[in-house]
Amino acid sequence: MRVTTTVNGTERTADDVWPGESLLFLLRERLGLPGAKNACEQGECGSCTVYLDGEPVCACLVAAGQATGREVTTVEGLAEGGRLHPVQEAFVEAGAVQCGFCTPGLVVMASDLLERVPEPSDPEIREALAGNLCRCTGYEKILDAVRLAAARQAAR
Amino acid sequence: MTTTEATARQTGRIGESAQRPDGTLKVTGEYAYASDLWHDDMVWGVTLRSPHPSARIRRIDVAEALTVPGVTAVLTADDVPGENAYGLEHADSPVLAADVVRYVGEPVALVAADHPETARRAAARIRVDYEVLPALTDPRRALDDDAPRVHPGGNLVRHQRLRRGDPDPTAPVVVSLDFCVGMQDQAFLGPESGLAVPAEDGGVDLYVATQWLHIDQRQVCLALGMPPEKVRLTLAGVGGAFGGREDLSVHVHACLLALRTGRPVKMSYGREESFYGHVHRHPATMTYEFGAERDGTLVYARAHVLLDGGAYASSTAAVVGNAGLLGLGPYRIPSVAVDAYGVFTNNPPCGAMRGFGCVQAAFAHEALMDELADAVGVDPVEIRRRNGLREGERTITGQAVDSPAPVAELLQRVADLPLPPPADTADIRSLPGAVGNTTHGEGVRRGVGYAVTMKNVGFSEGFDDYSTARVRLQVTGGEAVASVHTAAAEVGQGLVTVQQQIARTELGVERVVVVPADTTVGSAGSTSASRQTYVTGGAVQAACGAVRTAVLQRAAVALGLSPAALRLDGDKVVGSSGEVLADLAEVLGGDAVEETVEWRHRPTHAVDPETGQGDAHVQFAFSAHRAVVDVDVELGLVKVVALDTAQDVGKAINPDAVVGQIHGGSAQGMGLALMEEVVVTDGHVRNPSFTDYLLPTVLDVPPMRVEVLEYADPHAPYGVRGVGEPPTISSGPAVAAAVRAATGRPLRRVPIRPEHITGT
Repeated sequence: MRVTTTVNGTERTADDVWPGESLLFLLRERLGLPGAKNACEQGECGSCTVYLDGEPVCACLVAAGQATGREVTTVEGLAEGGRLHPVQEAFVEAGAVQCGFCTPGLVVMASDLLERVPEPSDPEIREALAGNLCRCTGYEKILDAVRLAAARQAAR
Repeated sequence: MTTTEATARQTGRIGESAQRPDGTLKVTGEYAYASDLWHDDMVWGVTLRSPHPSARIRRIDVAEALTVPGVTAVLTADDVPGENAYGLEHADSPVLAADVVRYVGEPVALVAADHPETARRAAARIRVDYEVLPALTDPRRALDDDAPRVHPGGNLVRHQRLRRGDPDPTAPVVVSLDFCVGMQDQAFLGPESGLAVPAEDGGVDLYVATQWLHIDQRQVCLALGMPPEKVRLTLAGVGGAFGGREDLSVHVHACLLALRTGRPVKMSYGREESFYGHVHRHPATMTYEFGAERDGTLVYARAHVLLDGGAYASSTAAVVGNAGLLGLGPYRIPSVAVDAYGVFTNNPPCGAMRGFGCVQAAFAHEALMDELADAVGVDPVEIRRRNGLREGERTITGQAVDSPAPVAELLQRVADLPLPPPADTADIRSLPGAVGNTTHGEGVRRGVGYAVTMKNVGFSEGFDDYSTARVRLQVTGGEAVASVHTAAAEVGQGLVTVQQQIARTELGVERVVVVPADTTVGSAGSTSASRQTYVTGGAVQAACGAVRTAVLQRAAVALGLSPAALRLDGDKVVGSSGEVLADLAEVLGGDAVEETVEWRHRPTHAVDPETGQGDAHVQFAFSAHRAVVDVDVELGLVKVVALDTAQDVGKAINPDAVVGQIHGGSAQGMGLALMEEVVVTDGHVRNPSFTDYLLPTVLDVPPMRVEVLEYADPHAPYGVRGVGEPPTISSGPAVAAAVRAATGRPLRRVPIRPEHITGT
């Protein structure tokens, strides 16, 4: 089947999509956007988190066809005008990235949190990121990064 | 030549928290992990695996699979051109099972097709006629005479004996226990993946996520029957490793399919297949006994350790070595009798995971140390301080500890950290069960536990452990640029940053490029055993030193000075008092200065097979943990409130990265104590998914304070001490101790389940 969807502001079309394909497969293997990651492919790890019409979703749990006519924003679309999103910047600076496989999902999820809750408490940050697994960092520096991004956002 | 002062000092030298060079690519989604690779005209490879723990293969019929439209190849054992066997220490794993299968998940056939789903459906149409055989799934039966033989040579992989001191010791205080540790998964997030591209010379280029390119290359060459120059490996982006990428996964399979189809082949496991596609941490069954004076001073220790190696050898022999030689912890013990066994069964193969044999043993010896503390009436910190090894003393293998061993100080450091406030019963998010609203604090008890460990760094027991670094200095865009080329696998730990920091420090340049790791440079050894900053760090330091010598020689000739009076700093050649004598770029001109160095640490030695005595290790690393938990003793729910560490790292090359390693390692140890277990019944994995294999989330892992000590090891480059593994070893036993303290229950098995706490 043919799937037409808007990804990071650009309309994209893919042909010969097998109906069983996920949005994650569509993005990674057909549209050349491998930023969303394939760690568990059953909605447990959050590594594939993207925005679908502004809501964060696990792209592995969305059928490719369900994205038809909708707007998808991936981690590749967060930076604007060559400038990193404040959350991306904070992840680099705070040392929140080790292997980095969880990072795209966490960055999308944290950016969503800071849009909804500009100055989140620690329990609010933990609750928001509870669906994103990280195996390298023990989460401490990820929390530091979100706090740093929130503080910078508040200072603006 | 210019003679201005060198005032601009580079940042990002050793000892500073330089940022990762790959950080921006990783946060923008542009970093190319192995599963992200793509090639024009590529096809997808999938693996058909055994559904039985033990069976004979009577016949494999691939005809129907070949008729599926889109399928380009179906391969079985008959299609392996070289040796149908590989392995890290013993080549006993078939590339594809030929006559028998020995575990559920063993690879049997391969399919390549234009879409992964097509390949999977075709694989389901391969007909394998199995004769199911009796399976050996209880490791405690493995050495019985009537047990099924997993391999013709028997079921023993290695028995390591250790005997020291009085063969028949007695002591006024004797404590003992049995302890079991479940099977843990590395659970790296980036699944096993690779891309094999057939080359015009008849060879193949393999891009793969791994921990040691050269040992992979050696095994792939044997299986393909090709010389190394035809099998070239390049490291693809690695999404975590933790030991689980030491053994081959997609490597040979992808190459076989690429060579057969003449097309690039991508293989990428899903999470379920990943649980079958790599080895796990050995489950352990252990019996320990300590004899001590009435003040708690250890007189003797006895231990019996049984590790389930599963169906193939992998690194079981080396894990047995560690579980035996380091199996009694960082303590001074005059008389010792240890027997550590690794056995074959028809369970999933087990091998390397962060902590490597020390993790299992630490749960037992630390639980027993708390028993001893109770028996003699001292507290858990004091009993460990009293018995802790010190520099200059001998380990249980008779090896003198020839660098700092601050066991007592590490314990005191964590003990002195402030304790967290009592549970806030007004905010249920802070209680066990959290927003599950299971409690308002009625059945919640707090417990505190301690543990300490000692881990070997680098490969031991006489292994020729080395790394190769090629460093090149040349002018690019008017600036001196150093490039560092090694085959060392960056798996997330930050070795790329460390390589840059060393080159900046040694060569006094700002710009350092780390060249992608591949097999066109010599082996760097494995990214395991906490060894890369030490060994590849040592190689990069040495290669930089050789480049610096050559450059200063050139400068000395040009300046008419002695090279001994010159050094490199701030992209300049400077004199002894820091005065700038020349631009480095001018000295280099159009030439490149390049040096390649193979660097070894001090040799280690095999131990005596009967007594286990010998200088087996090059370095020991130490850490201590204090865990604070709240336990709902009625529901069996645990909330870890704090998990604090003190660790001696010798020298923190990158302090932030060191702390990050300790955080992550601590969380993995906590996971094994409380939730992580690959559940295997009758040889079948019952929970091969992240839905059913529980990993600590950000709601489970508490705030972690880290005290970093830097007592230099005089024998190591910059004084460094391996960092990655110790925190994974001491954190779990500290958590288990804290739960025992909170509940008053013995809890002789990890992971601790709710029913163990409630006794139901």
